Amino acid sequence: MADDVLSKLKFDADGYMEDSSAWNEKVAEALAAKEGIKLTDRHWVVIKYCRDTFAKTGDAPSLRNITKNTDVQTKELYELFPGGPGKLAAKVSGLKKPTGCI
Amino acid sequence: MAEQKAPRKLCLIASKGSLDMAYPPMILANAARMGGIETHIFFTFWGLDIITKKKQNGLNVAVVGNPNMHPWFHIPTIIGVIPFMSAAATWMMNREIAKLDFPPVGEFMEMLVDAGAHVYGCKMSMDMMKLKKEDLIDGAEVLGAMEFMDIAEGAQIIFV
Repeated sequence: MADDVLSKLKFDADGYMEDSSAWNEKVAEALAAKEGIKLTDRHWVVIKYCRDTFAKTGDAPSLRNITKNTDVQTKELYELFPGGPGKLAAKVSGLKKPTGCI
Repeated sequence: MAEQKAPRKLCLIASKGSLDMAYPPMILANAARMGGIETHIFFTFWGLDIITKKKQNGLNVAVVGNPNMHPWFHIPTIIGVIPFMSAAATWMMNREIAKLDFPPVGEFMEMLVDAGAHVYGCKMSMDMMKLKKEDLIDGAEVLGAMEFMDIAEGAQIIFV
């Protein structure tokens, strides 16, 4: 099922979506499942913030921005995305790898 | 081609305690954790100041004998000996760091511990500087160099 959603989409070599406008909530769930993550309300707080920031700035937010501007703090962020929130929050949100260092 | 790669692991050795040398190991450790890489930081000698509660937020930039100052605030050695030059340079650097939205040292270390980086104080250096575990930040452990070598097995190691 998850593969169906993803099969029509294009990804770069690192698995980030080529076209972030093709992203929707079903895609997010499928991308998360691929990373072994089942999305909860708390994940959605992060994902929505990532999408909003991208809409405004054209870039994925830094983790520091996420923890500053949402109620998700560093510890929880790493629990939500155990494989590395720097990569995964952006990936699941259909965005490119964040360019920020922090 | 399709060989299973072992998960990456990074060990940093932080041996310097000046403000300008405190940031590189913290930034690298943070970048590693953001990418899901297992990360260990061994703080030794002056580097211990970075995780010593009483010192970590009072780190300074040395202006004398520091050839690497940015051109527009380069301070010649002869000027650097004037009192307060180091304090002025420290103030400037702290301001630049804040502009980039990098947290101060204490907050940065807290963030790293929350991010799951393993933080160690070098036992020998601590004995020498009369420091106890309670003097270090929460989450830091005390470790001998040989134990660190065990942890570092198979890791990529960076000495700062």
